[in-house]
Amino acid sequence: MGQKIVIDPVTRIEGHAKITIHLDDTGQVSDARFHVTEFRGFETFCQGRPLWEMPGITARICGICPVSHLLASAKAGDCILAVTIPLAATKLRRLMNLAQIIQSHALSFFHLSAPDLLLGMDSDPQHRNIFGLMAAFPELARGGIRLRQFGQEIIELLGGRKIHPSWAVPGGVREPLSETGRHDIREGLPEAYSTVHTALEQFKQLLHQYEREAQTFGNFPSLFMGLVTPDGQWEHYDGNLRVVDSAGNVIADRLDPAHYQDFIGEAVEPWSYLKFPYYRPLGYPSSHEHCRLDNGMYRVGPLARLNVCTRFGTPLADQELREFHDRGNGTVTSSFFYHYARLIEILGALEHIEQMMDDPDLLSTHLRANAGINQLEGVGVSEAPRGTLFHHYQVDESGLMQRLNLIIATGQNNLAMNRTVTQIARHFIHGSDIPEGMLNRVEAGIRAFDPCLSCSTHAAGQMPLHLQLFNAKGTLLNEVWRE
Amino acid sequence: MAVKTLIIDDQLISALEEETLLQAAQAAGIHIPTLCYLEGISEVGACRLCLVEIAGSSKLHPACVTKVAEGMSVRTQSDRLQKYRRLIIEMLFAEGNHICAVCVANGHCELQQLAMDLGMDHVTLEYQFPNRLVDLSHDRFGMDHNRCVLCTRCIRVCDELEGAHIWDMAGRGTRSQVITDLNQPWGTSPTCTSCGKCVAACPTGAIFHQGSTVGEMVHERTRIEFIVNARQNHQWQF
Repeated sequence: MGQKIVIDPVTRIEGHAKITIHLDDTGQVSDARFHVTEFRGFETFCQGRPLWEMPGITARICGICPVSHLLASAKAGDCILAVTIPLAATKLRRLMNLAQIIQSHALSFFHLSAPDLLLGMDSDPQHRNIFGLMAAFPELARGGIRLRQFGQEIIELLGGRKIHPSWAVPGGVREPLSETGRHDIREGLPEAYSTVHTALEQFKQLLHQYEREAQTFGNFPSLFMGLVTPDGQWEHYDGNLRVVDSAGNVIADRLDPAHYQDFIGEAVEPWSYLKFPYYRPLGYPSSHEHCRLDNGMYRVGPLARLNVCTRFGTPLADQELREFHDRGNGTVTSSFFYHYARLIEILGALEHIEQMMDDPDLLSTHLRANAGINQLEGVGVSEAPRGTLFHHYQVDESGLMQRLNLIIATGQNNLAMNRTVTQIARHFIHGSDIPEGMLNRVEAGIRAFDPCLSCSTHAAGQMPLHLQLFNAKGTLLNEVWRE
Repeated sequence: MAVKTLIIDDQLISALEEETLLQAAQAAGIHIPTLCYLEGISEVGACRLCLVEIAGSSKLHPACVTKVAEGMSVRTQSDRLQKYRRLIIEMLFAEGNHICAVCVANGHCELQQLAMDLGMDHVTLEYQFPNRLVDLSHDRFGMDHNRCVLCTRCIRVCDELEGAHIWDMAGRGTRSQVITDLNQPWGTSPTCTSCGKCVAACPTGAIFHQGSTVGEMVHERTRIEFIVNARQNHQWQF
């Protein structure tokens, strides 16, 4: 037998992370880090593949938000073909992205985070999961599962399958919505509305109970970035990027996403496979400068999208958005409110879908612009449930991929997630004893961001964690594993 | 024209003496898996999937190139044959880069279908992950060597049906690959007529229509069948 090369850590695993916490001489937390220990390698192994295959391949990055990669990839493909896709195809892509936002947010809120919020951060971990939720709050749990199903079924109605549809392609989409499909969507809307209204009411009531968490779960100043329409409305598929600071000042607007390299830098740290994107004009914060207000740390995702937009564009969601903004005096800085923002986005997405339902273009058969390779470079950007997603492709004259750069939402929240871990650790850890509720609160702090790395492991109820506690000399004081 | 009688899978059948075991079995409704075989072009017995057991012989015989004989007793299904056939498919998967989930021929691929028919739920051999190239230089078609199983259907269909013979084999062993003309990019081939018969004949997603996305590559065989039928029935002899 020839030589065997062992790759360690194991690739293509989702949801593996570890956290290290460093104490100073007095036993206080000096630093904490959130390490992502998995490596995927899509940017490398896609090199040499035909452009046409990219939506299908990159959708496989994630089983929960494959539609986001599908759309960003197809948009990068549109750019390289240098075509304007048919209007009907744009509308259908928007419909699928809204469905994706609904199903992914429903998963995050009801399946993954509601057990913490409704059963309690310190409740018995044996029951602090979706099954415990089903036992304690059967109607809400059922509604959440059905809400996710509603989003998934719209994706299936359009793309032929709930997960990894190969439906959006460079130049457009493959199939329209059918008349029966449209009927099914209309039928499902009332129940979906009812579920999200109930969840919103329940979450607002819980805010008093979780005041301490709201203050410590990633509550710090940072920049926020997201797509908006030219007049500042919430956007998820097209539009330009807007960056606001935590005081609500628009510090950059109408940024062309295709020129992302002008304003987004990507840093790497030796202790995590996840890159650390930052807002380039303000620079990368060193580990000692994370608390400075003028660094380039920014957040993306539901919280950021609601912070950057001036209105949602639908009546019910706009009403909720006003209340949301009031809670933060304009800009909400606590990552605990990602949950809240998610529910508002579900509501708004349902309204947008309802508004689209009478559009005859959804049934059109003119869906695909055919063209060859007309440009050697293209950038596709869309709002994934977790935040702004960039696919940047370079091809050769025949359409073979030469270079890819993928900037994933979870990566853009990496700096903020690390800051969140530090903040929670400083609040809850004093000395070498790890309080019982610590693990779950750190998890919940990370979970508020709904990072993609949690895709598989959370479904079982817990994220695998490796918690290490060091003293000032680097000696390991305590270590806790959670598989 | 002499007729031979023989037994295939306990079924007594008769066949013309120039027929192969595969043709006789197919005519009798007995299924034997194949991959390199394509009706209407010459048989090469390369893939070995159609191996059958013949009573009195310790060897296995490829049904596509073995002529029928009087009194022959043939078994097309046995544990041994099943094991070898599955092993052949596993070897094909291990030696190339076959990622069905993102392949243009997903759902329309003979290799994938064979793997499913033979119950190949995993590959027991070590994947080789060869470094192979994709050729998109042709205006209409593409060639992905990662998905090529070297069945040579493209070579035979181009030579025998189209008469262009742009395809051929080059290299030895693991470096074997099909080439166009003098091992040059397909798009620069002066002899290719762009007829598309190789695209239709390919059993996998190796040769495909440019612009195909996942699962879109359907092998349209009606043109090949039309030409084969016309020749066999002498429709073009004036």
